[in-house]
Amino acid sequence: MPSKSIRQAINEALRQEMTRDPRVVVIGEDVAGGQGGTGSLDAYGGVLGVTKGLIGEFGASRVIDTPITESAIMGAAAGAAVTGLRPVAELMFCDFLGVCFDQIYNQAAKFRYMFGGKATTPLVIRTMIGGGRSAAAQHSQVLYQMFTMVPGLKCVVPSNAYDAKGLMIQAIRDDDPVVFFEHKLIYDHKSEVPDEAYTIPFGEANLTREGDDVTIVALSRMVHFANEVADRLAKEISCEVVDPRTTSPLDADTILESVEKTGRLVVVDEANPRCSMAADIAALVADRGFDFLKAPIKQVTAPHTPVPFAPALEKLYLPNPDKIETAVRAVMAD
Amino acid sequence: MQLSRDELIRAYRDMRTIRAFEDRVQEEFSAGNIPGFVHLYAGEEASAVGVCMHLSDRDHIASTHRGHGHCIAKGCDVEAMMKELFARQGGLCGGKGGSMHIADLDRGMLGANGIVGGGPPLVCGAALTAKTLGTKDVAVAFTGDGASNQGTTFEAMNLAVVLQLPAIFVFENNRYGEGTGHDYAVGSKDIAGRARGFGLPSVKVDGTDFFAVHEAAREAVDRARGGGGPSAIEVQMQRFYGHHSGDAQLYRAKDEGKRARVDADPLASFRRRVTESGLLPDATFEQIDAEVAARIDGAVAGAKAAPPPPAEALMQDVYISY
Repeated sequence: MPSKSIRQAINEALRQEMTRDPRVVVIGEDVAGGQGGTGSLDAYGGVLGVTKGLIGEFGASRVIDTPITESAIMGAAAGAAVTGLRPVAELMFCDFLGVCFDQIYNQAAKFRYMFGGKATTPLVIRTMIGGGRSAAAQHSQVLYQMFTMVPGLKCVVPSNAYDAKGLMIQAIRDDDPVVFFEHKLIYDHKSEVPDEAYTIPFGEANLTREGDDVTIVALSRMVHFANEVADRLAKEISCEVVDPRTTSPLDADTILESVEKTGRLVVVDEANPRCSMAADIAALVADRGFDFLKAPIKQVTAPHTPVPFAPALEKLYLPNPDKIETAVRAVMAD
Repeated sequence: MQLSRDELIRAYRDMRTIRAFEDRVQEEFSAGNIPGFVHLYAGEEASAVGVCMHLSDRDHIASTHRGHGHCIAKGCDVEAMMKELFARQGGLCGGKGGSMHIADLDRGMLGANGIVGGGPPLVCGAALTAKTLGTKDVAVAFTGDGASNQGTTFEAMNLAVVLQLPAIFVFENNRYGEGTGHDYAVGSKDIAGRARGFGLPSVKVDGTDFFAVHEAAREAVDRARGGGGPSAIEVQMQRFYGHHSGDAQLYRAKDEGKRARVDADPLASFRRRVTESGLLPDATFEQIDAEVAARIDGAVAGAKAAPPPPAEALMQDVYISY
């Protein structure tokens, strides 16, 4: 099977779905890049190149560059979705959510329920997340927890290329609004990805490592850190790594089954600690799996601060394998 | 031209400082000495300086992601700026903000901004403070052709008119919002005209002509200080570099940025006009260039010598901890 990066996998998913279904359009800032300029019309293909080449294949009527106007992009995509298109709208960095949240959580997310089941909103919002590049306070957050809390949104946090492709195709074919979170620092991560189209259902976690002593639930880039710790400790502590892949719906069963087996839980989340996915998953296990636990649950998160610019501080801010190892050893010691 | 000799010298020194700062930041960034991302202001100097020469430390400005020039024009310390970009102790924000969030409240500089259209509403707030307290201060939103399309900017312009705020919206039209051209993204292709539609007195000026910017800003600032309400200025210019340092600029014709250095250099046209008018000799310009170069060298040396922020800085300035 060919090896592809997450960037390539998402690009391939978009290309295949746009080929299959003429209602699928890509819309956002610089999704092609270069409209109104004096150079190429495919100058960016998204600022990190995820939509590169699509305009050449599908034209400017389906790969739609917009002004910098997030509310209008999200609102237009929601409105188009509810009236017959299947837009894949890009919110370049999830940090820009603040400019346009109304169109997402008050409008798109609520249509089906609020309109008595008469509306479907097949909308995908692609957005980049994550720290680690000194992009500072307004370009480094993850924020998936803020979308996950909204009824009416499905939230996808892929950690590898195989999942990214299958989950993106699933997202585009889904009849409800899906927010698809792409971590900037793992775009080049490669795994085996079939050339043909395939889907991965939402709400099905993936065990990236199997083990008996400790369950580590991790999201997005944190899955790689958790895997690293599991491999590093393999000779002394047997870690099971659960990648939920979607935060809404959340595969509670797989998490609970794993904790039932191991009796110990570490949750790793790049978000700030309050009202985070880490807190949410810890609460889930405390609520429904308390009797399985041999030790208190540990959460590994960023601190309750904005993301600092200085690399020295950002390094302290982000969860990393050492912090995860410390937590694993702590739950083993209890 | 009504500027005094001292004002001419200050205008040129500030513009030269911005140019030298940005060209050096480009070098240092390319060498891997500056983390994160930088968006450079070279080519746009006449806008920041032409406007800020009418302002004091008490007046406020809000800036964009392309904010170094506004900082310098507003009087921010160049070495502290350089330290901030290098993520070092002694930086304007202690190394916690970086290029995209560089700010100096002591100089009335409310920050560069990572959000396009983030600044204009904030400027309404600064202007509201001035109006409410009767200070006669003004507030300026530097913003771009890109942000001219944001709803936040529309809302801010309308609010400024409704409340008759001492606010000035300076639209720095450098022809591109990131990689998308102004001619595509600004539907009416006329930012000043659109501002006029909101009820703002608006003018369009050539941003390579310092004196045109200076005069337009004088009128707008006088109007705001005198209680005449908000104004807008569209300043047309070209950016010499790409959207950010390292941008391949495939959306631009080859050499467009290089050509702009020849055809649209506000420093060169300033010097030409001032020397041809006999107001300042060439020697003065050369002296300023040398002084500025030495200052930038000193700033970079100071930044490189400064330590990174200490670990405890991570949890400082957080008002609630868990």
